[in-house]
Amino acid sequence: MAIRRGRGVAAINYPTGMNLGGDPTQALVHSTPTGNFMVTLSSVDLGQGMKQIMAQICAETIGVPTDRVVVDTADTDTGPHCMGTFASRGTHRAGNAVIQAAREARQVMLEVAAEELEVNASDLETDGQGNILVKGAPQKSISIFDVALSAHFKRGRSISGRGMFLIPRSYPEKETGAMKPSTCYAHACTVAEVEVDDETGEVTVVTVKNVFEIGRALNPKMVEQQLVGGSWMGISHALYETTEPYYPNRDHGGTDFNQYLMPGPGDLAETEIIVLERPSADGPYGAKGPGEMCANPQIPAVANAVFDAVGVRIDTLPITPERILRALKAQAAN
Amino acid sequence: MELRKNYFADVRKDDLNEIGQPRPRSDSPGHVTGKTAFFADRNFPGILHLKMVRSPHHHARIRSIDTSEAEKHPGVVKILTAKDVPHNVYTILILIQVGPEDETVLADGKVRWKGEAVVAVLAETERAAQEAAAKVKVDYEVLPAVFDMEEALKPGAPLVNEYHGQNYYLYDSGECRKVRFGDVEAGFAGADHILEESYQSSPIEHAPTETTGCVVAPEGNDRFTCYTNTQAMFFTLDNTSIILQMPGSKLHFVGGTVGGGFGGKVDVIVEPIAILGAKLTGRPVCFIYSREEEMQISSPRAAEKVVIKDGVMKDGRIVARKVTGYTDAGAYSRHSPYGAQKGAGHYPGPYTIPNVWIDTYCVYTNRTPSSAMRGFGVTIGDFALEVQMDKLARLIGMDPLEFRFINAYRDGDMKAHRQPTEGAALIECMQEASRAANWPVAEKYMAMSSYVKGA
Repeated sequence: MAIRRGRGVAAINYPTGMNLGGDPTQALVHSTPTGNFMVTLSSVDLGQGMKQIMAQICAETIGVPTDRVVVDTADTDTGPHCMGTFASRGTHRAGNAVIQAAREARQVMLEVAAEELEVNASDLETDGQGNILVKGAPQKSISIFDVALSAHFKRGRSISGRGMFLIPRSYPEKETGAMKPSTCYAHACTVAEVEVDDETGEVTVVTVKNVFEIGRALNPKMVEQQLVGGSWMGISHALYETTEPYYPNRDHGGTDFNQYLMPGPGDLAETEIIVLERPSADGPYGAKGPGEMCANPQIPAVANAVFDAVGVRIDTLPITPERILRALKAQAAN
Repeated sequence: MELRKNYFADVRKDDLNEIGQPRPRSDSPGHVTGKTAFFADRNFPGILHLKMVRSPHHHARIRSIDTSEAEKHPGVVKILTAKDVPHNVYTILILIQVGPEDETVLADGKVRWKGEAVVAVLAETERAAQEAAAKVKVDYEVLPAVFDMEEALKPGAPLVNEYHGQNYYLYDSGECRKVRFGDVEAGFAGADHILEESYQSSPIEHAPTETTGCVVAPEGNDRFTCYTNTQAMFFTLDNTSIILQMPGSKLHFVGGTVGGGFGGKVDVIVEPIAILGAKLTGRPVCFIYSREEEMQISSPRAAEKVVIKDGVMKDGRIVARKVTGYTDAGAYSRHSPYGAQKGAGHYPGPYTIPNVWIDTYCVYTNRTPSSAMRGFGVTIGDFALEVQMDKLARLIGMDPLEFRFINAYRDGDMKAHRQPTEGAALIECMQEASRAANWPVAEKYMAMSSYVKGA
């Protein structure tokens, strides 16, 4: 009887957005009288930080600091239609809608600035700090604060924009299944190291090294929180979780967190996250949806590591001590 | 976390001001100081609590429902049964033309899973609602139930859902979604080895911190404001409008920060009945799942069975792959026909295989309806595919990581569903994993690229 060590690898891809498309999201952007910007959506922030990302996307596109953007969302009286927050679609779909709306607002903003500065709008650029400058002559400038005041009180312009993003729906061909499930895919490769106690069947995940390719890390800190959380969830799926432990038997289902097993802080592996960025052609600033895929590769990586450690295949999830011990017993009997 | 900027530097401009910056989240201070408002923070004078009477049987005919004792219970204000729901038989994907309507808001004549909602009780307190619910008498005639997908698909199995007429979802392509690419039998015939393996999962709970729920307030102008933690505002509003036969203009949905979704809050379960309760009583109503309801009543991730048959050459090339996937939808569709179909678009994984055959089935059984969850249609498939890859590598005596390089998809490769690969990055992820995990592979694999040669 011994603690046996093994490692396993898995590589995966994952589609961004609702399968087969046809999932619209709209956005509205407008400026306040003093040049702050309001993004209006009906998308839902599930705790992953969607509002923050939409603010950064709007700020980047208009050319102002993020703290000058406020996001109002998840209200059907004020926000235009969003299909919902699911299918790794929030950043990709709503982000593209926000970019389109922000571009339209930026154009009006530049036109008003051009009138104030008596130049062509196409000769203007933003400095990202709240000012609009004449290209090549930065001493000639106007603040966005003043541009907004002018638009509201002097020029009678609405610095605002409408955004819409829709991937046309694809219908699978009946006989061949020819279809377009998605326009872009995130990628991952995970290596997991485990220790298996061949007496108790208990698995300890020692390290998980994840490489994720996500198009563009729009906010690296938020990417990290999502990827680390996903990696933990993957381990949890591999080793612990089910509402029906003896499926298809319906008995023994957990009804609270005492009975429904999930890893606690002491069960979490040393986790490494490495991010690659290959911008997607149709993503907002190249972003893909990493929200779902980051929880997938750990499951097979752990399963393969268990085999590497003790030489038995557990092809049924979750990989419980009971299943490992039964497999070891069957292996010994052969 | 490390960003490895050396990969794909030639196709990426790192010249942005706000994007790519690790700005602190504007909502974090509210979360950590307890100031963030969630839907359940709304309270209104005179609010009623809704509790469900649920089926104790997996499959049964309802002979009669007697609510007389429950109605007399102190604090009870209103009791709702199927006849009170204007459009009681519904399905949520009808909004994108995926029918048929196959589920009841409140059971009508039959229950098809243990835990199915039969009667809704609205009372002054949660306790009164709970106690009154226990006094509702439902006379059931228990029917044979089926729990196993293979049993459910056999001729003569108990019929789970009459609205489908058979125990699987009928796609326009027939009993399953199909993908056919190349000639899979010819591929098997020419292969050095064949490996056929079967993989199985069990239902999994989303386990959000905040359970599913909503608070509804009738407004003075004949409208209803529904504070909800749904993941999809208009999807829920529009389905509620259909179920209640109420113009959407009468409905105002307000979300906000949600305490975790993971796909568990896209089913439109609590809002319609709570709004109906508010309409019929003229009072605010809350309907919030207990943790037990969240775990056993709310849709889990589907159990899946995946059978993979591969033909592989000694040199490491996979020449044929046949995948048969089964998704256990439970008693009703919800999002499962979509999930099974998404699986068909995902197989055979991120590998270029010349001969592919895929069938994915959405199967009905007498269990808690499953639905969307993080990785919907893909997570369990990836478990199966990647364990299969490990087995194949060992079968031909090859390093499992090198084996994946040989088969990895690259830009321009035609996928089984007949889309050319674009934006691939699997090879680069594996190269970086090789370095990070100190898992060396031959130099020729480290020299590979996802780009089209010469492009």
